[in-house]
This record gives sequence, C-alpha cells and structure tokens, in this order.
Amino acid sequence: MATMTSSETEQIEPRRAKSFRLSPTAISYLQATPLTLILGAFLLLPILMIAVVSFWDYDFAQMYPDFVTFNYAETLGSWVTWKTYLNTLKFALFVWAITLFIGFWVAYFLAFHIRTTAMQMVLFLVCTVPFLTSNIIRMISWIPVLGRNGLVNSTLLNAGIVPEPIEWLLYSDFAVVLAMVHLYTLFMVTPIFNTLMRIDKSLVEAARDAGASGWQILTNVILPLAKPGMAIGTIFVVTLVMADFSTVQVMSGGQSASVALMMKNQMSLLQYPAAAANAVVLLVFVLLMVAAILRIVDIRKEL
Amino acid sequence: MSKAAEIDIVSVSKIYGTTTAVESISLKIPAGTYCCLLGPSGCGKTSTLRMIAGHESISSGDIRLGNSVITDLPPAKRGTAMMFQSYALFPHLDLIDNVAFSLKMKGLGKDERRAKAMDMLRLMQLESYATRRPAQLSGGQQQRVALARALITDPEALLLDEPLSALDPFLKIRMRAELKKLQTSLGITFVHVTHSQEEAMALADLIVVMNDGRIEQAAHPRTIFERPATAFVARFMGEHNVISGRMTKSAEDRVVLSVPETDREFQATGDNCELMETANIAIRTDRVRIAAPLEKGLGFTGSISNIEYRGASVKLSVSGAGIEDFTVIVSDAAFFANPVKVGEAIPLSWNREDAIVLGHLKH
Repeated sequence: MATMTSSETEQIEPRRAKSFRLSPTAISYLQATPLTLILGAFLLLPILMIAVVSFWDYDFAQMYPDFVTFNYAETLGSWVTWKTYLNTLKFALFVWAITLFIGFWVAYFLAFHIRTTAMQMVLFLVCTVPFLTSNIIRMISWIPVLGRNGLVNSTLLNAGIVPEPIEWLLYSDFAVVLAMVHLYTLFMVTPIFNTLMRIDKSLVEAARDAGASGWQILTNVILPLAKPGMAIGTIFVVTLVMADFSTVQVMSGGQSASVALMMKNQMSLLQYPAAAANAVVLLVFVLLMVAAILRIVDIRKEL
Repeated sequence: MSKAAEIDIVSVSKIYGTTTAVESISLKIPAGTYCCLLGPSGCGKTSTLRMIAGHESISSGDIRLGNSVITDLPPAKRGTAMMFQSYALFPHLDLIDNVAFSLKMKGLGKDERRAKAMDMLRLMQLESYATRRPAQLSGGQQQRVALARALITDPEALLLDEPLSALDPFLKIRMRAELKKLQTSLGITFVHVTHSQEEAMALADLIVVMNDGRIEQAAHPRTIFERPATAFVARFMGEHNVISGRMTKSAEDRVVLSVPETDREFQATGDNCELMETANIAIRTDRVRIAAPLEKGLGFTGSISNIEYRGASVKLSVSGAGIEDFTVIVSDAAFFANPVKVGEAIPLSWNREDAIVLGHLKH
C-alpha cells in the first residue's frame, strides 16, 4: 500500500508541473516577441511601405495605387541622379578618410598613452560633450566662424594674411566636409577605441622583444588588430554621410546636392513615389557598401 | 645555438613611485643554468625578470649578460628572448608568421624567414599546424609556439614568465619535462619565474627564493631544501616545521632555543650560530618519529589535532609545548603498525642533525 501511494503522488506531481509550464521553445519565442514587434512596426513595415509606394503612380496632387516602374526608370535614367550619387560619394570618401585618420589617432592616444583607466574614461567623456547639443546647433555654430565676416576671415584680414575675405570657407563643399567631420568623428573614435582597449598590452611588449620599432609595432600589430573597429566606424560614418541632407543643405548654402537632399526636394513637390523609388535605390546601394566592408574585414569577434 | 651567457645582476633596484619592488639584489646566474626565480606574488620576481628582458627600466644597478652590460639596451639588442605569461601570440597571424615575426622586423625576405620559421616549428613538432591561428590551438601547443617564437631570435638567455601557470595540472607536468629537455639540448641559460616550489624543485639548477623585493636564498634545490637559509625559505618550500624562540645558549655549531611561555628548550645545529636574541629553527616534517626523545631538546610531547591519510604517508598535526600545528609525516606502514587517534598525546623526537638554525636576512 505504501509503495502504491508514493507512486501515485509521483504521477500527479509532473502532470501538475506540466500544466503550469510552457515549453522552452514557446518561452524563447515569447522572449523575442517585444523586439520583433518593435522592429517590425518601426523598421520593416515602413521599409515595406516605401517599397510598395515606389511602384505607385502620381500626379501633382495625388498618388494612385498601381504597379508602374517608371519611378525607377526616371531615377536611374537621369544624369542628375548619377551626378548626385557621385557628389554624395565624394563627400562620403572625404569624410571617411578624414574621420578615420583623426579617429584612429584619438583612440590610439586614449588607449595607449593614457595610463589610468579613470583618466581614459574622463577623456573619452570629454569627447562626447559636444553631443549634449543637437546636430543642427553644432552645424549652425560654424557659420559665424566661417562666414564672410566670420572669426577666421576677420582674423586673417586683421593679420594681413589675405587682402580680402576667403569665399570658399562657407557655403562650399569644404564647409560641408568640415561640418560632417565635426559631427561624425566620434562615431569613428568609439569603435576603434573599443578595439584598441582589447589589445593585450603584452602583444606590444612581445613585438618589442622581437625587435620591432614603434612604427613596425603600429603597422604589424596595432593596425591589423584595429581593423574590426575601423570597419564598424566606417559603416557608421558612411551610412550617416550617405543619408545626410541637413548638413549638405545648410553648409553648402543650397549649392551642393546629396541623394537625401534630392529626396527631400521630391517630397516637398509631393512626388512621394519618386522619392520612395530613390530611397529604395539608396538603401540597396548602402547595403551593398556595408556588405563590401564586411567582406573585407571580419567584425564578428567585436560583436 | 649553444652560446649561453652568464647573467650578472649587480645591486639592481626597481622603484615604482614610493614603493620598492626590487631592493638592491645581486645575483650571478652561471652560463647554461636553469634558474628559477621563486616567491609569492608581489615578491619582485617578475620585475626582476622584466628588468633582465628590458621591459622594465632599472632604477639603479647594472645587469651584465656575457661580456656586455645590457642595463640600458632595448629588449631586442640584449641577446635575451622573453616568453610571456599569456604567451602574447599575435592573434591575427598564423603560426609561421608568429614565429617569423622577429625575422620580418629584421627585414629578412619572405621566403627565407618562412623557411626558418618552418624549421623552428618542426623542432617544436608543430609543422602540421603551421597555417593555423593561435586561437585554434590548445594551451600546450600555444606554449610551444611561444617558445618557437622566442628561440628563433637565437638568444643567449631565455626568460620565461610563469610559463606553466595557464596549463592544467596534467599538462603542466608534461610541459615541465619538455622545458627541461629543451634547456638541456639548447644549453642556453633559462630564467624561469614561478610561484610553485614544486615546479622550481623539478626544473632548476639554481633556485632563487625571493620575498619582499629581496633574495632570501639562491642555491641548488637540494641545498635550499636541506639547508634553508631563513625562516621564510623553510616555510615557503614547505615540509619544514619552523619553531621560533629566544636563544639561550650558543656554542660553536649549536644553539639552544627556548620557546616563550612554556620554557621548553630545543637544540639545533647550524653554521651561523652567533648569539642573537631570537632565532628560528627548522625541522623536516618527514624526519620526525613517534618516539620518546633520546636527548633533551630533540623532541616534545603533544596532542594530535588532525590526521590526514595521503596514501604512501600519513600527515599528523600536533600541538603542544607552546607549538601550534607541528606537522609530522610518517610512512603509512609506520602509522598503521601503531595507529594513533585525534586527541591522543604522543611523544615526538628527531635526530640532532635534522634540527637546523635558520638565519636572518641582513637588512
């Protein structure tokens, strides 16, 4: 009898536990649900809508659900588009090269020349201080510096270095690149700093032990190991520059064009399907660029 | 490859700010010696090694390697090679490029340096892994790569910073044997930093016991174990009971020590028996017998506080006569022929020559 009761309770126990518990698979799905919903509602759905609209027809006042491809034909067939892409790529290239150079050396200084971790963190936070103000304000504050009667020109004039104000300081490609470098360098510093901090300092000693000079240590050990951080920074900067319209508009004074600015103009003319087609082309283009970067550098160990 | 060099360290100090890591040590390591720097963490052994390697500046003093003073030379110009604690292999290079790194820095052509590196890998029996990255290797293999990378510079002395600490116990013993074999076949000077006295005993021709930035004793392992110079050495090497007390009598080669509070007296022999106020004596744990002493001062009676069975031997912890935790190792045969229990009072005794006087470090 005693054994029977015990086996009965054993049979009841697991059944009761089962009725309250979900299977591990269901729990996993439940845990992934919130993020799936957010990404679905705010990322996938809008992109899908843009893709759908890009095939619609439109006139000066209205859009008509349809399946036409002339939005793409117009975008890809126009020499303006190609010129604008080329111009945007030119900005991206300049800004990338300059932010990579500055970003690497700032990160290198922070990671290898500042000895205490506390000081490293303090200086890194100092780098982020400009981010306490908005992009627009940081951009606009260049105008009094670079303008015709701005700080730079008046200083140069007063010092007698130039006879008349330099015109290309503001409302030029130079101003656009300068403002973008200012806005985006930190996106390069952060991932490179992160990578450099992970480099075992004994690797540098081992290289020195093997007779490497300072320059050889940099090119043979530190640069190869910093590549993943550089790749992540590159992805940040390139995607930000490719999608930028406000900096280009403000700093070039409307004289220069970028892909995003072209889209903004189309939207202000209510040509939404054309802008949508343009957006899809840009999205594909940027994704191809990111894919190319990932092919060159393996960033998996950074994530 | 046999061009071993003598290392001569002359009153070298290392001072970090206000703390002294190494305090004016002098040491001669003969050419072709396997030398172990042994001590607890923070004793200055790694600083000493890094000063020999050139990765740490020398605050004062000089280091000579062979016929040249290397005090101010950069690491690669010293004729030493260092093997780092975590091996410090370059994660982005395959084994050939890791081993060939120093040759590349010297500007050797690609084919030549790869051929040399391959030879070195073959010596370490790693040729089949040549194109792998360090992360794809086991700890023991990584260590052999680190060795190959250090040895390809053809050093006069190899400096090893806790080379076995990252390995599991089984591998540790195997790599230990490999290191010893390698040193014998290369004939160069090895300086090996470790905190394991077992490792040092197994490997070294010369053990340098360090504590608090100073050398407590530098001698052959057998001398270190049989005649520890100081109480620290006796305690650190283990298998010694150290008794501290007041020195009451001193003859030419013998002292009498009196333990405070109980006034029990112990005899001990030694070389430096000048009369001092306090003294320490050491008694080997395996030389203590469970028997009444034949002579006064060569034993005591205490009660057993713990018994540990260790297979071939049994470890007894005994307290009494003002001595806490006196360890006795008896063979299993002797123990089971006449078993004792915890709490029992037993007489302990030892021979006169097994109790030795320990010196003090002169400050």
